[in-house]
Amino acid sequence: MSVYNQSRSRSIQIIFVLVFIVIIGQLIHLQIFSSKYDILARNNAIFRKVIYPDRGIIFDRKKRAILENSIMFDLVVTPNEAKGIDTAAFCALLNIDTASYKKRIHDIIFKNTAVKPSVFEALLSPEMYSKVNENLYKFPGFVLQERSIRTYPYNVGGNILGYIQEVDTGFLRRHKDEGYEMGDYAGYTGLERSYEKILMGQRGIKQLIRDNKSRIQGSFANGEYDTAAVAGKNLYSSIDVELQQLGEKLMTNKVGSIVAINPKTGGVLCMVSAPNYNPNYITGSQRKKHLGELLLDPRSPLINRTIGSKYSPGSTFKTMVGMIGLAEGIIDVNSTIGCTGAYLGCGTGKPKCLDPGTFKLTEAIAHSCNTYFATVFRRTLDQPKFGSADSGLIIFNQYASSFGLGNKLGVDLPSEKRGNLPTSKYYRKKHGSKWQTCNIISNSIGQGEVETTIVQLANVMSTIANKGWYYTPHLIDSIDGGDEYGLLEKFKEKHYTKGIADTVFDAVQDGMQAVMDFGTGSGFKIEGITVCGKTGTVENYDKGVKQKDHSFFGAFAPRENPKIAIAVICENAGFGATYSGPIASLLIEKYLRDSIAGKERKDKVESMTKTNLIPLKMQIALERIDSIKRAKLKPVEEPIEEDSTSVEEEVAPSNSQQEGLPGNIPAKDTENNKKKSTAILPNTYKKNSLKKNAKPKR
Amino acid sequence: MNDRNKNSTQGFDATVMWLYAILVGIGILCIFMVEYKPGIDAFQSFIGGKTNYSKQVIFSGICIVLATFILLADSKLFTAFANLMYVFGIVLMLATFVIGKNISGSKSWIPLGGGFNLQPAELCKVFTSLAIAKFLSSQETDFTKLKSQIIATAIALMPAVLSIAQHELGLALVYLTFFIVMYREGLPPGILVISFSFAVLVVATLLIEPNILAVVLTIIAAITVYTLRRQIKRKKNLLPIIISIWMICVGIQRFVVPYIFNNTFECYQSTRIYSMVGKEYDCSQNKKAQKSSKPPKKTDDYNVRQSMIAIGSGGFWGKGFLKGTQTRGKYVPEQHTDFIFTSLGEAFGFVGCAIFLGLYLFLLFRIVRIAERQRSTFSRVYAYCVASILFFHITVNVCMTIGLFPIIGIPLPLISYGGSSLLTFTILLFILLRLDADRQMVLR
Repeated sequence: MSVYNQSRSRSIQIIFVLVFIVIIGQLIHLQIFSSKYDILARNNAIFRKVIYPDRGIIFDRKKRAILENSIMFDLVVTPNEAKGIDTAAFCALLNIDTASYKKRIHDIIFKNTAVKPSVFEALLSPEMYSKVNENLYKFPGFVLQERSIRTYPYNVGGNILGYIQEVDTGFLRRHKDEGYEMGDYAGYTGLERSYEKILMGQRGIKQLIRDNKSRIQGSFANGEYDTAAVAGKNLYSSIDVELQQLGEKLMTNKVGSIVAINPKTGGVLCMVSAPNYNPNYITGSQRKKHLGELLLDPRSPLINRTIGSKYSPGSTFKTMVGMIGLAEGIIDVNSTIGCTGAYLGCGTGKPKCLDPGTFKLTEAIAHSCNTYFATVFRRTLDQPKFGSADSGLIIFNQYASSFGLGNKLGVDLPSEKRGNLPTSKYYRKKHGSKWQTCNIISNSIGQGEVETTIVQLANVMSTIANKGWYYTPHLIDSIDGGDEYGLLEKFKEKHYTKGIADTVFDAVQDGMQAVMDFGTGSGFKIEGITVCGKTGTVENYDKGVKQKDHSFFGAFAPRENPKIAIAVICENAGFGATYSGPIASLLIEKYLRDSIAGKERKDKVESMTKTNLIPLKMQIALERIDSIKRAKLKPVEEPIEEDSTSVEEEVAPSNSQQEGLPGNIPAKDTENNKKKSTAILPNTYKKNSLKKNAKPKR
Repeated sequence: MNDRNKNSTQGFDATVMWLYAILVGIGILCIFMVEYKPGIDAFQSFIGGKTNYSKQVIFSGICIVLATFILLADSKLFTAFANLMYVFGIVLMLATFVIGKNISGSKSWIPLGGGFNLQPAELCKVFTSLAIAKFLSSQETDFTKLKSQIIATAIALMPAVLSIAQHELGLALVYLTFFIVMYREGLPPGILVISFSFAVLVVATLLIEPNILAVVLTIIAAITVYTLRRQIKRKKNLLPIIISIWMICVGIQRFVVPYIFNNTFECYQSTRIYSMVGKEYDCSQNKKAQKSSKPPKKTDDYNVRQSMIAIGSGGFWGKGFLKGTQTRGKYVPEQHTDFIFTSLGEAFGFVGCAIFLGLYLFLLFRIVRIAERQRSTFSRVYAYCVASILFFHITVNVCMTIGLFPIIGIPLPLISYGGSSLLTFTILLFILLRLDADRQMVLR
C-alpha cells in the first residue's frame, strides 16, 4: 500500500513550497519594498520630546536681574495610580471639595486617559507647594512637576521687558524655519520679543519610545539621535532698576511716560509707561484672566507709550526752532524780539504769548515766549535764498531729522512709532501749492502737525547735551557670549546733527539752564546740580473736543559732562512745570546722587505719587466697566446665602482701597501677594464711584 | 544515533529533535522580547517565574518530561488506545459545555487549578490524528470506497463541529487539514479541485456585487454550453449537469454565502473576513448581532494594521534583538500568543523571517520524508496528520500576521506562548518519533 499513491507525496510537498513562497512574497513586499511601515512605526512609537532650555536672564546696569526664571510646581496626577487614596484628606489639603475633585479627575480621564499623567493643579503657590510636598507620600499617583516661569524680581518694567506667550498660527507662519511648534512660548512684547532669538536658546530634542497608551518607555536607541538643549544667553541692559522703580512710582495714577537716556552711550536708564502694571501679574496660573483684564482696561496699560504714542512736543520743540535759527544765522544770541502778548505777524493774533516783553534767546527759552519762536520760525523758512517756504521747510526738516525726529529711531523694542515731521508735499496737498509759513505757524511752538514720541524727545535732549551727536537709544548694552546676530551693531554708530556749531548748542543750553534758574522750571531746581530743561504745555484735542493740556518736560544734567537726558509727559495733566518738571527733577536727583535728599523733596515724591491725573474720559469708562461687573454680580447675591463668600470677596477690594491699598484685583490675591499688589494698577477713582453708588442707599 | 543504525528500534530521528529544540528556544526568546522592559533585572524576574517567558520555560520542562515518557512507551500503545483516546477527547470537549471556563469569549477551557487551564480541542488534534491513522490502517478499510471516505471525514470533522459550538472557529478549521492526509491516502483529487473552485466562488461572492456575479456565472455557463454544443448533442445528460452546476453556483453566491455570514458567523468574524478582501461588513444584517443589544462596532482592523506595521518596519535586516519599538511599545495586541511572529519580524527583519520559515519548511519536509519511509500505514497516515496540522498552523498564523488571512485565534506551533499548544505539538511530534523508531514494524 505504501507504493500506492506515492506520487501524491510530491504534490503535497509542492503545495507546502508554494504556500511558503506566497508568504515569502508578502514578506518581501512588506519588509523590503514598503517604506510606509517604517514611517508608521516611527509615528507609533517614537515620541519627539522637545527639551526647553532656560530663557536668558536680563540684568540692569548694576548686574541686578530684572527678568529671570523661577521654578514653580504643577501637581500632576495619573488617575489610574491614584485610585483609592484618601480623597477627603486630599481635598482638605488642597482646599477643594470632593465634588470638584471628582469632576477634575473625571475631566482629566476624559481628556487625557487614565494612564497618562495630567496636570491636576497648575502652578501651586509657595505655601501650597510646601503643604502638598510634605503630605505627598500619602497620595500615590500624585507628583509635583517642575515648571519654569518668567519672573520680574523688582515688579517693574512690564512694558519694556515684555512677556512671553504661546505662539499662534500667525507667528508660526512668520517664523516657519525657526523650529517653533504649536504650544511653544515666544517673546510677545518688549525685550522678550526683540531679543527672542537670543533669549530662547537652542531647544533640544529627545527621542523617546512610547507604548500603545502613549506612556514613555525609555529613550530611543540610547539617546543616539538626541540633541542637547542650550540655554538662552543673558542680556545686560542699561536700565537702572531703582530709577525705573521710582519712575513707575511717580507715575502712579497718571497717564503718560518717562524716558531717561545716558547721553554718552544712548543707553536707556529708565523707560516708564503709565499706567503700568506689575509684570508678575501676568505670569502664573491666573495669567489668562489677568491679561484679559489688562487688555480691557480703558487706560490701555499694555501700550508702551514711550515709543507707541506720539504727541505734539509743545514748547520743548522751541529749543529745536531756536537752534535751527541760530544755525541758519537768522538770529544770534543777542537778537531781541518784542512780544506784545500775541504774535501778530500773521494777522490772526496767534499764537498768544503769556508774558509780554522783549527777549533775547536765553530769556525767550526761559519764559517760553511764543512770539519769539514764531518769528524765528517764519524768518528761517522765508529766507530769500530758499525762494519759497516749501524749500525752506525741507531744510528745516533736514535739521530736525538729524536729531532723530520724524523717523523711527530704531530703539530695540517692537512697534516703535515714527512720529511726524510734516513735509512740504503734505502742505502742498493741504494748503495748495502756494502755501505760506503762516499756514504752519503752530509748528514753531511744537503744536500743529509736528509729533514726536517721548523717546525721540529724550533723544533730542541727549543730542543737545552732547552738542551735536547721539547714539540710537537702546536698552541692551551687551549680550553674554557676544552679539551673534549683530543686533547691537546699530547702537554703536554715532549720529551727527546737520552742521550745527558748538556755540549754537551753548546758546540753547544757556537758555535751558535759564529755564531752571529763573524761568518756568525754577520751582524744581536741584541744589548743586546744573540742570538744563525745557517745559512744555501742549494743547490737545480728542475728536475735535479740547482736552486738558498735556504736561511736558525735557531736560539733561549736569550741564558739563552730562550723565542723564530725560523727557517726561503726563497726559491731560496741565502745565509742564506743575507735574512733568518735578517728576524729571526727582529722577535726575535720584540718578545723579543715588538718593533723594531733604524732607521737602521726599515729601514731593509722596505727594506726586498720590496725585491722580487719570483723564476724565478714562475714569468714566472705568466706572462703566465696574458698574457692569456689579450688575452681573447682583443676581448671585440674592438667591441663596451659600454664596455669601463670593460677595465678601467682592466687597473686600473696596475696603482695601479705603485703607489706601491700591489694586483692582480680587481680595484673595491681595492677601497672597501683598508685595505684588502695590505695583498693580491703582484706581482710587473707585472710591468715588463707590461712594456715589452708596448715596441712594443712605 | 539515527540514520546509521536504521534497523535499530532505538533510532529516534535526531533532525526532528534538533529542530524541535531550536524552535522552542526561538519561541522563548520571542516571548522574552515581547515581555522585556529595560531597567528591570531580567534574571530576577525570570527566577521569579511571574513572567510569561519563565512560564514558557516551565512548560517546556514539562514537555521534555512528557516527551521522554512517550519515547519510552511502546508504539503499540498508540495503536491500541487510538480509538479510546479519540472518544476520551470528544468527551472532554463535551465536558467543556458543562464545566468550561470562559476565557476571552470562548468557553473551551477546563480549569486545572493553579492558574492553569486546559483546552481539550488542542489535545483533540492528537487524538483525532491517531484515530484517523487507526481507521485508515485497519485491514477492513478500503479507502477507494465512498463509505470509508465518509467515515474518515466524519472522524475528522466531529471535533470541528464541537469547536464551532465552542465559538472556536480557528480550531475547527484545523480539522480541515485532514483532507490533505486523505488526499495522500487516495481521496480523488476532484474533491480538492471542487473545493478549491468553491473557495474561489466564495471569495468572488464577497468581492463582486451579487447581481453582476450571477450574470457572469450565467455567461460562463452559456459559453460552456455553446462550446460543448456538439458533445451535448451526443451526450444527452451533459446539459443537465452544466445547468445544475450553474444553479448550485448561483444558489451559493446568492443565498448560501450570505446566509452563513449573517446567521452562522459572529458579527466580528464576518467583519474580519470582509475586511480581508477590503470590504466593510454591515453588522446590522447579522442575526447574532441583532440578538445582542450591543450596537455594532465599527470595522476595526487595528490588530492586522499594527501587526503589519511591526513586521514591515523590520526591513531587510531587522531592528535588532530587543530593539523593536513596536514590540516594546506593546502596539501589537496578543503579541506573545497569536502574533508572536511580529516580534521576530520586527527584530530580525526579512532575513530572520526567511531563515525561520526555512526551519519550518525543513521540519515539514523531514516529516513527509519520515512518513514515506514507514512500513505501516498507521505510522504513515499519522505522520501526514502531523505534517498537515503543522502546515496549517504555520500558514494560517503567519498569513494572518502579514494580512493574507483573516484573524482567527491560531497559535504558531512551538513558538507562541501557551502550555496547551506547546504540549499538543510536543505530543504530536514525539509520538511520531516513537512510531518512526519502530518503522520496521507493521502497526495496526
